Amino acid sequence: MSKRLFVILSLLIIASFILPACGGGGSSTIKIGLLAPLSGAVPTFGVSTQQGVEIAVKEWNDKGGVLGKKIELVVADSQCSADPAVNAANKLIDQDKVTFVVGEVCSSASIPVAEIVNPKKVVQISPTSTNSGVTVDKDGNTRPFTFRACFIDPFQGLVMAKFAAGKGFKTAFVMYDQGNDYTVGLAEAFEKSFTELGGQVVGKETYTKEDTDFSAILTKVADSKAEVLYLPDYYNIVNLVGAQAKDKGVTAVMMGGDGWDSSDLDVKAAEGGFYSNHYDPGDTRPIVVEWLKKFGAAYKDDAGQPRVPDALSTLAYDATNLLLAAIQKAGTADDTTKVAEAMAGISWEGVSGQITFDPQHNPIKAAAVIGVMGGEKKFVESIAP
Amino acid sequence: MNAAISQKPSLLETIIRKRWLGKSFLVAMAILALWKLTISFLAGPTIFMQQVINGFQLGFVYALIALGYTMVYGIVRLINFAHGDVFMVGAFVSYYAIADFGLNSWPAKVMPGLPVWLSTAIGVITVVLLSMVSCAFLAFTIERIAYKPLRNAPRISALITAIGVSFFLEYFGALPIAFGPNFVTYERPFEVVNWVISTSGIVALEPGVAPPDNTLIISNISLYIIIISLLLLFTLNFFVRRTRVGKAMRATAYDKPTSRLMGINVDGIISVTFAVGAALAGAAGVLYATAFPQVYFAMGIIPGLKAFVAAVLGGIGSIPGALVGALIIGEAEVLSAAYISTPMRDAVAFSILVLVLLVRPTGIFGEPSREKA
Repeated sequence: MSKRLFVILSLLIIASFILPACGGGGSSTIKIGLLAPLSGAVPTFGVSTQQGVEIAVKEWNDKGGVLGKKIELVVADSQCSADPAVNAANKLIDQDKVTFVVGEVCSSASIPVAEIVNPKKVVQISPTSTNSGVTVDKDGNTRPFTFRACFIDPFQGLVMAKFAAGKGFKTAFVMYDQGNDYTVGLAEAFEKSFTELGGQVVGKETYTKEDTDFSAILTKVADSKAEVLYLPDYYNIVNLVGAQAKDKGVTAVMMGGDGWDSSDLDVKAAEGGFYSNHYDPGDTRPIVVEWLKKFGAAYKDDAGQPRVPDALSTLAYDATNLLLAAIQKAGTADDTTKVAEAMAGISWEGVSGQITFDPQHNPIKAAAVIGVMGGEKKFVESIAP
Repeated sequence: MNAAISQKPSLLETIIRKRWLGKSFLVAMAILALWKLTISFLAGPTIFMQQVINGFQLGFVYALIALGYTMVYGIVRLINFAHGDVFMVGAFVSYYAIADFGLNSWPAKVMPGLPVWLSTAIGVITVVLLSMVSCAFLAFTIERIAYKPLRNAPRISALITAIGVSFFLEYFGALPIAFGPNFVTYERPFEVVNWVISTSGIVALEPGVAPPDNTLIISNISLYIIIISLLLLFTLNFFVRRTRVGKAMRATAYDKPTSRLMGINVDGIISVTFAVGAALAGAAGVLYATAFPQVYFAMGIIPGLKAFVAAVLGGIGSIPGALVGALIIGEAEVLSAAYISTPMRDAVAFSILVLVLLVRPTGIFGEPSREKA
């Protein structure tokens, strides 16, 4: 027992001498750390994210790297949870001497990581964490070294308001679950933007997540003659409301957010509706088509067919590219302050849209609007803010 | 004369003894509610009527569930908390019958000559009957395994067992080998047709077309729910009042030992009561899932609770009470969602329960001395 412990300890000591030495080529490679939940509750999120990041890194290396240096990816498992993420981040920074981090996937893990990386001047970009607390600290100050590649929840409300106004709709009815921050955020943003764009919110009703009978609200919706019914909830509520709306003579066009994005969405109930999402494989922009091709070539499904990348892979790909583009723009990989400044001022086209950052380091970029038409989910258009 | 031995009670005593406070509070609330309803009615008569129809649709489903609670309570004094989950199983049975076997369309396949409405009606009734039979069988099994061995145990043991059975049905149902843990979209057994009712008559509404102003919309879903519920209620009434088994049921509810002495198979009657109550819950499951087309393993909890409240409100043990209580709860929920606020709907429904019980502790139709099925 004690002998084994001794061997392990001595190996660790030897390793601690050797490892910095072999990673020490700070001038020849640029190290990028990836924090992803490869185990824990949502390992599929981690796998998707890693695949997106790996494609991006390989692409840059094939082109000769950044600033003439090869990129080296160091992956750490952060389990979508605060403590493992903090440990993994500390390991990446202190042991692997990483100064750029992509991750975490989950907001609950990205926030504690942001607390660590900012004092150490390590640049962090989270591909998919939507909570506003990721890029802004408790006092409301923007964290200088933390960015994200996804838009935050209220942004989707703005996008749908723009889409509705663009279709010539003048009146809208908003329904949301009062106990769910996600739906409240989207609904409030929609109401604010739709009103600013000259529309009118003719009715607003809340419900609770246990409700199944929406007849009273839907009778009001029918009576209000609203042209749009904004329902930014998850697909199970959309299925229920959509089916009952048709029984109550509601003709308003249903609209919602990325909560609709599920294979379990009842396309019959949601027929004629539209929802916003981060990206859609049906988008015909060349960069999207090329991305689908690249991802399909790298990853096959069980039947040997090219796989279609999900939003996680896509945003991870975008996040990594953004980070590397910022390093290139800054002209240095050693001064992370310059890289962060370059990132904050960047304007760059990714698969999920043309990205610039607002003062809170949230991307200002287009969202995909998807329509449910003839029983199928089809890409309609990309809406820029 | 000494005031202390005065025969005349003080004003305070009278108020307490005759429950004047509770009664005046109830009257005040009733007046307030009526005033609010009148205002709403005058503000928009058609939309008010529309909401009343919505309330009936919900109330009749609650009534079918509430009957099971009330019948079982009337006979064995057991609040069968597993009842809401039997309702869930009924909904799932009909889901599989429709989605996997197309049972609702068998008349159209076997007898293609039938008019559409008739073959739809026969198909729907077949699905309802299948759910009723499955639920009756399930409840019969539950009764034999879980409740019968506890017939002479303290009442609390049976109550806890009922809660255990309820959890078992929910979480066994959530297993992937059973119904699975997901929300499942329910395939309605018929296409939805809406009719517009106005002063000039009744016309079918084209899908996707807005209904004209000042008209009522009624869908075939509401019609099916109300018609099937009423049919089942009349059948139940006939069964309990006129048949031998029904009479035996009522006798058992009055007095078990004497019924046994009179040659009634009390255990058999209790099983039949569970089965009949569960059959109604099964029918309710089909109708509920048709109106609100989504099924999942925990769907029975909230409707079961509401129906239980309805049964208590109407006077648990009383069959007309269950119907009246359920309609009151259904209307209270929908009208408060429509005219007060949606999150308040349950608060209002439960407040009505509290208020009624303050004045009539046994419920509207409850009879404290002699409860019957």
